[in-house]
Amino acid sequence: MRRDPKGSAARLGLMVLPVAFFAVFFAWPVVSIVERGLRPDGVWDPGAIGATLGRSDILGVLGFTVWQAAASTGLTLLVALPGAYVFARFDFPGKGVLRAVVTVPFVLPTVLVGTAFLALVGRGGFTDGLWGLRLDTTVWAILLAHVFFNYAVVVRTVGGLWAQLDPRQEEAARVLGASRWTAWRSVTLPALVPAVSAAALMVFLFTFTSFGVVQILGGDAYTTLEAEIYRQTARLLDLRTAAVLTLVQFVAVGAILAVHARTVRRRETALRLVSPERTARRPRGVGQWALLGGVLASVAVLILLPLGVLVERSFATPEGYGLRYYRALGSLDEAGTFLVPPLEAVGNSLRYAVAATAIAVVIGGLAAAALTRRAGRLVRGFDALLMLPLGVSAVTVGFGFLITLDEPPFDLRASWILVPLAQALVGVPFVVRTMLPVLRAVDQRLREAAAVLGASPWRAWREVDLPLVRRALLIAAGFAFAVSLGEFGATVFIARPDNPTLPVAVARLLGRPGELNYGQAMALSTILMVVCAVSLLLLERLRSDRTTGEF
Amino acid sequence: MLTLEGATVRFGPRAVLDAVDLEVADHEIVCVLGPSGSGKSTLLRAVAGLQALDAGRVLLAGADQAGVPTHRRGVGLMFQDHQLFPQRDVAGNVAFGPRMHGVPKEERAARVEELLDLVGLPGAGRRSVAALSGGEQQRVALARALAPRPRLLMLDEPLGQLDRGLRERLVVELRALFGRLGTTVLAVTHDQGEAFALADRVVVMRDGRIVRSGTPVDVWRRPGTEFVARFLGFENVVPATVSGAVADTPWGRIPVPDGSPQGERTLLVRPAGVRVTDDGLSCRVESRTFRGHRVTVVLRPADGPPLEAELPLREVPEVDAEVTVAFGAEEVVVLDGA
Repeated sequence: MRRDPKGSAARLGLMVLPVAFFAVFFAWPVVSIVERGLRPDGVWDPGAIGATLGRSDILGVLGFTVWQAAASTGLTLLVALPGAYVFARFDFPGKGVLRAVVTVPFVLPTVLVGTAFLALVGRGGFTDGLWGLRLDTTVWAILLAHVFFNYAVVVRTVGGLWAQLDPRQEEAARVLGASRWTAWRSVTLPALVPAVSAAALMVFLFTFTSFGVVQILGGDAYTTLEAEIYRQTARLLDLRTAAVLTLVQFVAVGAILAVHARTVRRRETALRLVSPERTARRPRGVGQWALLGGVLASVAVLILLPLGVLVERSFATPEGYGLRYYRALGSLDEAGTFLVPPLEAVGNSLRYAVAATAIAVVIGGLAAAALTRRAGRLVRGFDALLMLPLGVSAVTVGFGFLITLDEPPFDLRASWILVPLAQALVGVPFVVRTMLPVLRAVDQRLREAAAVLGASPWRAWREVDLPLVRRALLIAAGFAFAVSLGEFGATVFIARPDNPTLPVAVARLLGRPGELNYGQAMALSTILMVVCAVSLLLLERLRSDRTTGEF
Repeated sequence: MLTLEGATVRFGPRAVLDAVDLEVADHEIVCVLGPSGSGKSTLLRAVAGLQALDAGRVLLAGADQAGVPTHRRGVGLMFQDHQLFPQRDVAGNVAFGPRMHGVPKEERAARVEELLDLVGLPGAGRRSVAALSGGEQQRVALARALAPRPRLLMLDEPLGQLDRGLRERLVVELRALFGRLGTTVLAVTHDQGEAFALADRVVVMRDGRIVRSGTPVDVWRRPGTEFVARFLGFENVVPATVSGAVADTPWGRIPVPDGSPQGERTLLVRPAGVRVTDDGLSCRVESRTFRGHRVTVVLRPADGPPLEAELPLREVPEVDAEVTVAFGAEEVVVLDGA
């Protein structure tokens, strides 16, 4: 390895801003919260951890969190693996559209997903009206919503690799006497295992920290760690319990991320990869057509139906279909649910999302640039640090913002920038993960060639790197935008009552009884969906398979 | 052993295999030769059952294979790029076939040893396939294909990825090995040298059809058509009018062997049939390529296309020299059709 003191100085320079950002807006609030919980009277009280974890209600929450994450992961794999196969190996008309459709849920706000499933299987919902079947009082509603959400994770991660596996590997096994099933099991499955475990861990992580969905569909009966942290902080004001739970979640997420990092590293073993265009065929025979039909049906029922029902409900007033709920969004209600007409949330959300995207792209872009060259332990630690906001309770971050950023030098409590800052924190990991593979793929010799031809480092970056990474940059920005549009856990704490975002407004409407509030929640969710769908369509436009990151 | 009757495979409107009839006898080594895209690989895939036929039949030992899945056909196929299983070591790859056929473990281990010895890689069982050189991978792929004792072994460009020296040595080894084991072999290649060194019989394919079939010497001596002649690497092919023992060509009058077909024909002059003499067609020497003790010289006559001559070292003229050449009838072949 070459030593280049000037290079590492430059890298440290790039890291300054992201590190400072994370220190002030992530580490400080989280540490403050934990400190406040574990050192209530200026004395450390580590015994609180044991005491809290010994409580049976807390153990129940922990058990349920793990159980529902495991069940959701298993169910998602069961439903999505056939989908991954179909997308990888079959060629059929409308495949591109369908791929976009199954990707939509992943960037949809959790609150929206919860609302859609409430409309589908909740009280007075689609299945309730049809067969009197209600699932919102059972854990199934949560599990189904989690499948809806994470279908794309499995299809993208597993299907992406599956499409590149050389089908002739299986043929080689067939010629040597293996039946179709044995050939798949002994050749394809081992090659897929790392990708499947990586996807499973990702799904487990997302469902382990699930908040919006559980908040809406879980009622009082089902509470995950994150939802419990929210309850303890916001309703019971029991900071001690919340601090302990935050630590537990932190450790669990750290462990999941560590296993995931190892799995991903192992994934790049000597597999024979070929271009995906060469491996897809038209389905043949009854079995394959039936499989394709089954996958299409499951996508229709699990993904299209909830969204469709959501839209339908937003127009279904007691007087027949109409725009009443939408109109109601434009005015204040008597009950005083909001200080402003709910429709203003659209403008708030968009404004916040733009600001959050700008922050996330700058911070994430700088971080990715610093990480481009694989180097020492310091840089690797930095890499891991960037992933943490994905796992640390967003609720904790939000609450931490409130208690730390209220005094000089950072008296931001009254400032609108607080919300975008919190949202950007969640967006940065997506930006880094999307940019990094592309930045690393830029050949150092291209920069050297530019330098030899007389380009300064800045000029070389602009002339060589920028054109190559522009697309990735746009995709990363799209991700950050979608993430901040949907962010709920932190925003619910810090969004001011006169400036709610769309997910916060939806949740608040659902928290009120009455048909008008329910209908307005559906209408506002539909608006949120349209906003997300439009940004996702732009994202899919820009996406090329060559530049896909890990998400 | 193998019989193809009117085997046809279509990819859309294009027939990749067009009513192919082919017989491979027991213990025979047949090499299918053709440029890329001529349907050679599809032929092997059809026999293995990896590619469904649109028409025609595949018979193995007299039994129609329609509806028989690949793993029950008892054929072996060595893939062009080997397709070794990267997650298994060398022994795991070779043992795969016997394992699929339910061979007990001890017997399997013995078989692996035996085959690795046979292909010249004794004791390599524990090695990772990723760590093998190209030639070693090729040997492991061969051992793996032979391990389940297939009744017909098919090779797809068996030596295609290896460098020239290794290729020439392995061809000789393979031929000796198959002779010793009595294996029935159907190989496809685009390399004429490989095909002629390996095969008892050579089959030339073009656009999904078989255009020539015969022993290597036979095909080499009488290519039959301009396509085959050019594919074999002959450049001296010109239109000619044959009458009696003489043909009229752009290079002037050329003697042809007795009993040649008459009329408007295509004429092949093998480079060895072009000799430098004191009198005849005058040409300028354009370039020289040295091949051991013989030299291929490209000559530019005043009229007609360039002419290739193969000359002994001591007769080689300088580039740009003016020479006159004559033709020997024994190296001239009258091809079918125009």
